[in-house]
Amino acid sequence: MTPRLVLVIASLTLREIVRRRILWVLLALSLVSVVLVGWGVERLVSTAREQGVEELEIRIGVSQVLILIAFMFSFVLAMSAAFLSAPAIASDVESGTVLAMLARPLRRVDLIVGRWLGLAIMVTGYAALSGLLATAVVGQVSGHVPPQPVVAVGFLALQSIVVLTIALTLGTRLPSIAAGAITVVLFGLGWFAGVLGNIAIAFDAAPLAGGADVVRVLIPTDGLWRGVIYGLEPPVVLLAAAGRNIEAMQANPFFASAPPPLPFVAWSVGWIVLVLCAGVVLFRRREL
Amino acid sequence: MIPAAIETHGLRKVYGRTLALDELDLRVEPGEVFGFLGPNGAGKTTAVKLLLGLARPTSGSGLVLGRPLGDREARRRIGYLPEMFRYQPWLSAHEVLALHAELAGLPRGSREPEIGRVLALAGLGARGRDRMGGFSKGMQQRLGLAAALLGDPALVVLDEPTSALDPLGRKDVRAIIREARERGSAVLLNSHLLGEVERLCDRVAIVNRGSVIAAGALGDLLGEPAVRLRVSDLPAGDETLARFGPTAREGDWLTIRPLDPARIPDVVAAVVAVGGRVHAVDPARRSLEDAFLDLVRGADPRADGLPGDDAATVSGSSR
Repeated sequence: MTPRLVLVIASLTLREIVRRRILWVLLALSLVSVVLVGWGVERLVSTAREQGVEELEIRIGVSQVLILIAFMFSFVLAMSAAFLSAPAIASDVESGTVLAMLARPLRRVDLIVGRWLGLAIMVTGYAALSGLLATAVVGQVSGHVPPQPVVAVGFLALQSIVVLTIALTLGTRLPSIAAGAITVVLFGLGWFAGVLGNIAIAFDAAPLAGGADVVRVLIPTDGLWRGVIYGLEPPVVLLAAAGRNIEAMQANPFFASAPPPLPFVAWSVGWIVLVLCAGVVLFRRREL
Repeated sequence: MIPAAIETHGLRKVYGRTLALDELDLRVEPGEVFGFLGPNGAGKTTAVKLLLGLARPTSGSGLVLGRPLGDREARRRIGYLPEMFRYQPWLSAHEVLALHAELAGLPRGSREPEIGRVLALAGLGARGRDRMGGFSKGMQQRLGLAAALLGDPALVVLDEPTSALDPLGRKDVRAIIREARERGSAVLLNSHLLGEVERLCDRVAIVNRGSVIAAGALGDLLGEPAVRLRVSDLPAGDETLARFGPTAREGDWLTIRPLDPARIPDVVAAVVAVGGRVHAVDPARRSLEDAFLDLVRGADPRADGLPGDDAATVSGSSR
């Protein structure tokens, strides 16, 4: 791998996203969403206050709305990551653009890692900007600030990087549409397994929980989504949850009482590296 | 000793059940323009991809600029215009060349003047800042040519470099290729346009259905010179012309092959001396097209069409 060439490809990828107006469309849509969220939360809070709802209850309500908003953002971000990354290699191969580039002293690993780096910078930047902006706006209109917004944004970005890595790797061998579609299905499967697994725990259905756990390890997006929730969950909710049937509450896909365990986070990072390496091997073997 | 620009031994490529290239033995000397000629799907592009390391040979070996196939060090000194040329539509022509200069590892200080030089060479001097998305196919091909010539590569590989160009553009490309040769580059020109190869190449190889069916200097492939005359009033059974060489009559046309071009006036004088009238004189040399068609037909009786006809292609082998 040649770091100079990886950076050349990464900056080319970022330039492509900016030039093709994808970034601007996403930013404009996010801005509209944030404005709508701010307006909606403001209406919600003022109506509740007019009706004499206690401030603590309002805060709890707003915190749950914020988690729902984060879910929407995570979904948008994952879809954007899938559909930006699937063609990153695939469409260059389909169009033949890659032929002239790979005839230069550019290794295939440089191309893939460079593409990955550019996309990862894009989704992380987008997650940070839209996530922190939404948090700030909600904080401004309601007074509720989540305990660890940076942790939430970090997990949001990591989740999207997992999605982009799947799409990029699939795109080394599959046409871009197929790679994008499979990635979306896998992402949905991961989320579904997470919900199902928690319900299984709540109902003590061990084999189902085991099966769901396997999927959650193979597709770590849902586990990382729990990290986003944990960063947004106010201590008062956790306090209220303590002493109750915590396992039953875990079945709620919008609740997390603890951050994802460190080994799981480490596994997720290792998973990204492994899948990316698989992409490099697959692409190296491909005849152009 | 300076190594050959390209040297291959028994290079063979099989895709699934299709033989795309069979036992290619090729040698291209430094500073030579070598024509690689064949119908569509004959294996020309496959050969180029093997040389550049874009595909792996099933068997055989080769050296490019003295290094193994696909070697990065060699790729630094190769310029390549793919047959399926496409460049990032959201970049300007100048930016595409800057990207390629960066990928090729051209020294930073020399990049700008070099980009300016090749843009002007390809006739795109005034369009450098325009986005590729607005370029016609012909202009994109010109840009591809400029990219291939960036940094004076020791070897320039051009895969059908004039497929999208009008006659004027083709003339420009011929001048560009000649200039590249003068600057010391070896050029491998893949083409099914015979006129192009005939005008440019020092040596050619003709490939059909994955195999080289003829190779050598252009003069050797074209055979001996001849003369064609359109005559009338030539007395029947007159043997005067037989002394110049074997003659053949087809309607009004009389062909003598072989014939030293210097003897053409003597032939005309002889025809007139026996009372014949000369309407036209065509100092004919067998065209490359004739030679090519003879060879391709000889190798494959089904290949009856002109180059590019489906009958002469190997299905699915052009990658």
